Amino acid sequence: MNNKKRIVIIGATSAIAEQCARLWVQNQPADLTLVGRDAQRIERVATDLKVRSPQSEIRVVQAEFLDPDAINATVVNIVKSGHVDIVLIAHGSLPEQTECQNDLQSCRDTLEINGVSPVLYAEAFAKEMEKANHGTIALIGSVAGDRGRKSNYVYGAAKGLVTRYAQGLQHRFAGCGVKVVLIKPGPTDTPMTAHLKGKGAKLAPVEGVAKQIVEGVESGKPVIYVPGKWRLIMMVIRTLPAFVFNKMEI
Amino acid sequence: MRQVTAWGRLSASPHHVINLNDPSTARYLICHGIHPGLAHGMGRSYGDVCLNPEGTLWVTTGLDHFIAFDDCTGRLACEAGVLLRDIQRLVIPRGWILPVTPGTQLVTVGGAIANDVHGKNHHVLGSFGDHVQSLTLIRTDGEVIQCGPNEQPDWFAATVGGLGLTGVITQAEIQLLRVAGPWLETETVPYANLDEFFRLADDSEAEWEHTVSWIDCISGGGGRGLFLRGNPADVGEQPEPVGHKLTMPIVPPVSLVNRLSLRLFNTAYYHLKKWQAGRTITHYEPFFYPLDNLLEWNRMYGPKGFFQYQSVVPRDVGQDAVQAMLKEIARSGDGSFLAVLKTFGNRQSIGMLSFPQPGVTLALDFPNHGDRTHKLFERLDAIVHEAKGRIYPAKDARMPRELFEAGYPRLAEFIKYRDPGISSGLSRRLMGS
Repeated sequence: MNNKKRIVIIGATSAIAEQCARLWVQNQPADLTLVGRDAQRIERVATDLKVRSPQSEIRVVQAEFLDPDAINATVVNIVKSGHVDIVLIAHGSLPEQTECQNDLQSCRDTLEINGVSPVLYAEAFAKEMEKANHGTIALIGSVAGDRGRKSNYVYGAAKGLVTRYAQGLQHRFAGCGVKVVLIKPGPTDTPMTAHLKGKGAKLAPVEGVAKQIVEGVESGKPVIYVPGKWRLIMMVIRTLPAFVFNKMEI
Repeated sequence: MRQVTAWGRLSASPHHVINLNDPSTARYLICHGIHPGLAHGMGRSYGDVCLNPEGTLWVTTGLDHFIAFDDCTGRLACEAGVLLRDIQRLVIPRGWILPVTPGTQLVTVGGAIANDVHGKNHHVLGSFGDHVQSLTLIRTDGEVIQCGPNEQPDWFAATVGGLGLTGVITQAEIQLLRVAGPWLETETVPYANLDEFFRLADDSEAEWEHTVSWIDCISGGGGRGLFLRGNPADVGEQPEPVGHKLTMPIVPPVSLVNRLSLRLFNTAYYHLKKWQAGRTITHYEPFFYPLDNLLEWNRMYGPKGFFQYQSVVPRDVGQDAVQAMLKEIARSGDGSFLAVLKTFGNRQSIGMLSFPQPGVTLALDFPNHGDRTHKLFERLDAIVHEAKGRIYPAKDARMPRELFEAGYPRLAEFIKYRDPGISSGLSRRLMGS
């Protein structure tokens, strides 16, 4: 056995998750399990992390993101080799809103990959962490989940599902050894948002976002907005009356 | 289409921007996009060498993964979008360092190879390409070329310093150098004129790994300045400096660098540093990359942007040529506070279009005042041409084609290795396509 912090990342090839992984191994050697769908892409991330931190243990798991049985088996398997200190559930995809409106298949895929799948993973880890009475479940939500907007409400609905779910999970684990952290990034400069950049959107650098996430997960705060200014912005957006809100192009 | 500018901020032109984030899809994107394209890293080159107006830019900063590092041999393999900063931070604590780095570490490995960048230790270790053991090049016809000093050396010589025109560099292997730690013993020596500069340079080259100087280009062409030299030092564990980052928050409506501010700055800087002259222990980051903590400093030149003029002239005529250039600059009243004068070592570069050659290099920046600035450059060009010198393409946005052709005699040989699907603003301006 070793005394390294055991961290599991679901969706380890996502840019935010990968930057978090770099910070974790940079701070001190860790025991990292990287979970992703595409074996070749996770291997690339793992190789890079091994160079950055030869003392870290880097494991790679190729997994299914939607099938409940497969998710359960993956999580049980991961937990079998030792208690998990942190699980960061980070996978997702951001489609064009119009695509979701025109194609129900795409609409369903968006809801599933951004909403249902993270919840299934979190639920599977919750069961295991409850037994151990130890661990932190960190979920990446989004400011898009705070109020439905015409520019991305299907994605927003999925992230809203994660928000409500995290709330319930926090209620369930209040006062025990399991912590639940919901992270709500604003628009971040990653491959997922590359198409927004072309439209002139202002995006936060991913390194800074990851740093705040790693610190936030450490502190165990229930809800983290990154960058912090989004807490204020979204408070205003949430409280705007409909007759004002509906006139806005957002 | 997205507006992209280079570091000099002289123009913003539309580009199709394609991010190469994944090596497994890079080849497909390079072959099957809108051509001509051009690899683009951090965009730290000053003029149009990193731009391809109306064309495609393949942005490589997502290719930022390490592949292998051997602590015993110091051999590092990485993707081409890895920043020199990230290499330094990874390897210095493990006893290794990049042998050659330019004045900023916020550049990619691919960009450092394509411009065959140099540093303060050229007289000892040459330029960046001298330490590259192999690289992977993807051509727009789909061919993947592996080359190095001992493997397809002709392709290697074309690609090192090849301005990105021979293909897209996606990976490289670099031989690092042993180092005791992040510290250097440094010394600042004021000099009153060019005679003293050259004497200091000659005296320092044998004993000091790093030499560079700041020159006051405004005080009447006399050439007073501050000579800075340094050697790696083993001083054990010391607290590292806290790098406070500042960002130039806005583009001011006019250049903050003007005749008055320059005169004040240069006089104050010279006397302050002269007063502080002597030996000290310095961390590598402020020594090698003094401006990296002032983010977006290029904004201070205002909305019209600025030019860099970096030339190298052979040593035998070097002093006269530098003197003549300083005189022209002083006469024009324009000038720069980032004026750098340095001698290059007596060695030829690997690359067919590499900039460094034996002699002395002078780098200056000028706010863009349109015609007035171009007129000054024409007079400087004449001096460089007469001295059989050359201009650094990584800094250039305006050199005439004749001067380029005269300065780079291996150009005809290079052209054969160009990728027909790749072009840049600079290549269209200086090579016709």
